[in-house]
Amino acid sequence: MSSDQDHLKETDTEARFEFKKEENSAVRSGKGLTEEVIRMISEDKDEPDWMLERRLRALEQYQNMPMPSGWPGMPDLSELDVEEIIPYIRPDVDKREGVDDWTELPDEIKDTFDKLGIPEAEKNALSGVGAQYESEVVYQNMQEQWEEKGVIFCNMDKAVQDHPELVKEHFMTTCVPPSDNKFAALHGAVWSGGSFVYVPEDVTVEMPVQAYFRMNSEGMGQFEHTLIIAEEGSEVHYIEGCSAPKYGTHNLHSGGVEVFVGEDAHVQYSTVQNWSKNTFNLNTKRAICEENGTMEWVSGSMGSKVTMLYPCTILKGRGSTDTHITIALAGEGQDIDTGAKVYHNAPETSSTIESKSIAKDGGRTNYRGLVHIADGAENSSTAVECDALMFDNESTSDTMPYMEIEESKVDVAHEATVGKIGDEDIFYLQSRGLDDDDAKKMIVAGFIEPITEELPIEYAVELNRLIELEMEGSLG
Amino acid sequence: MARLELSNLHAEVAEGDEKILEGVDLEVESGEIHALMGPNGSGKSTTAKVIAGHPAYEVTEGEVLLHLEDEEFGEDIEIDEDQRTWDLLDLEPNERAALGIFLGFQYPAEIEGVTMTNFLRTALNAKIEEREELFEEEEGEEAEEEDEGFESSPMEGPADEGEVGVAEFQQILQEKMEQLDMDEKFAQRYLNAGFSGGEKKQNEVLQAAILEPSIAVLDEIDSGLDIDRLQDVSEGINALRDEQGTGILQITHYQRILDYVEPDHVHVMLDGQIAKSGGPELAEKLEDKGYDWVREDVYGTA
Repeated sequence: MSSDQDHLKETDTEARFEFKKEENSAVRSGKGLTEEVIRMISEDKDEPDWMLERRLRALEQYQNMPMPSGWPGMPDLSELDVEEIIPYIRPDVDKREGVDDWTELPDEIKDTFDKLGIPEAEKNALSGVGAQYESEVVYQNMQEQWEEKGVIFCNMDKAVQDHPELVKEHFMTTCVPPSDNKFAALHGAVWSGGSFVYVPEDVTVEMPVQAYFRMNSEGMGQFEHTLIIAEEGSEVHYIEGCSAPKYGTHNLHSGGVEVFVGEDAHVQYSTVQNWSKNTFNLNTKRAICEENGTMEWVSGSMGSKVTMLYPCTILKGRGSTDTHITIALAGEGQDIDTGAKVYHNAPETSSTIESKSIAKDGGRTNYRGLVHIADGAENSSTAVECDALMFDNESTSDTMPYMEIEESKVDVAHEATVGKIGDEDIFYLQSRGLDDDDAKKMIVAGFIEPITEELPIEYAVELNRLIELEMEGSLG
Repeated sequence: MARLELSNLHAEVAEGDEKILEGVDLEVESGEIHALMGPNGSGKSTTAKVIAGHPAYEVTEGEVLLHLEDEEFGEDIEIDEDQRTWDLLDLEPNERAALGIFLGFQYPAEIEGVTMTNFLRTALNAKIEEREELFEEEEGEEAEEEDEGFESSPMEGPADEGEVGVAEFQQILQEKMEQLDMDEKFAQRYLNAGFSGGEKKQNEVLQAAILEPSIAVLDEIDSGLDIDRLQDVSEGINALRDEQGTGILQITHYQRILDYVEPDHVHVMLDGQIAKSGGPELAEKLEDKGYDWVREDVYGTA
């Protein structure tokens, strides 16, 4: 990570799933990234010219940027060949049922849903059938309730059509510009789907805004762009849940999240993600906090071959606050490189980072974090705590915290623990009747408890179950 | 009734060949209280851990048997002839627990994020389930119950999983905690995390009260207790015996706890063996004279 770069390096791509490659597309681009492909995407979405221009400019930037390299302990991206990836596939609505049919999903995904206890209707939703219908209904209900207050929650593509001024101002301009990193540029060129959330001044959205089925039903999760604008004094909790469902038809993931936290506003962004084991999961997520604004990131990262994910908050206004809670779990063949990035650019700002990681069966987890306190950001404080838990001697866990402190009147704390899961702890639980597996599960559940308690119950349940399944090795 | 029988038990540290137990013979029956005393390093804690199945020790010789009789398991289970005696050394620690062995730890593990309630209910249900498996193997597989999801907080686990549901368990826990004079706040605290020494010991006794073992091995449960707490813990131990008929193997350095928990038998361990056994008067003698006279008595040297 370079210190002069004011943004996060993150990327997001997904390796291909051969099993769906030739099917289920009404519109699909060719391989690789060309101007022609970008124009086709934009045209297919019937986008205004300004968006096409942004896409093309992002493409140009993408083509002129090198792949990230030279980070210490950087995950291996050599197997990722962007030119071999098909950047855009729009599912054929008419044929969708035939192709996205539940029965055609790979067994491991079906098993996952079964074990998660997700009912049939939801399974269909997650696999792309009927989801739209199901989530449309839910979505409409929510829509009405919020519309009265002026809240907007819709598909990002729709937002471009219906709320062009808001999108034009905020979409990949000041928060995550395409120039930020190669995968942000890629995202800017091929983005598709995602959520748009707008909360007007002084409005509190009491229930969490959830994007769970919708993204998946649209089958465009791989490039989803999430744009959250919380105006002065507003409050919203956005939850993105993508447990296993993003396995579907797409090949590339380059997601982006932009959050604008207004003065005195409060945004929580929570995500539970479980990717297939051959996914390169490389995201760019960033928030900008105005005076006394509060940003909270809660994320659970599981699955994927490689994850590079470092949600970033720029504390721009005096007295703004950031909290990061992250959990990562890496099993065999997985390299989960996650962390957080916080820029204290104003006085009296504060941040807290709590990172928990679990490595098993030879997996690797890494905490990579940067806290930057700018000159003049006096009376700011930060506390970083990262705990790693390892199950065996084959697994590895690293901690790479960077602290760039340019102001002397600050309070900085860093604490890291790395431990092998204790034999004595396991024996203690076994002596009380729990078998070896259940003892480990209980210890892990306890280890991640600070995160699960931040999540609404259904996500907490799901996170727990996912981890239990991982612990049994049954997600393959 | 249950009877735990250690015969000629030899054990060493699994990684390395340091011998610790060199032929331990000991029998503990339900309803009895045995005190196991001896100087540091004589093998008392190792004996306890070997009984419970700690992986750090390897048994090189001898047996640890558990003999069971019908009434031990309540009216619904009749124990077959061939299931009356179990060789504990063939079993996993959790299987031993299911058969009714309990180890009270001198230094219990602290598990963050796991509430006492969740832990104890999970343990109780795991024990019930494991016991059924151990005893009902030949009856063919039971129809697996569908998991219908979560009724309670996910931190408490699925409400429908296991014999004892959340509400029922809350009641059991509350009752037992009252008996032990424990603050009800304990139920929501994380397992042993941040507990004082005394609270931890009390918690060990609470667990035994809930899991209702036939034999409880309590490893220096009196260490680090002030006099009030010692009395509470002792009352708890006596209640285990009196109300549940638990057989107690009380490992201790000191006579002190034996003033409150009166042993039927006292054993002195020296150098990995039971050097001397006797009644309560033996403990008093140890208190007065230390261990050297035993050594002298047994080996003829001090």
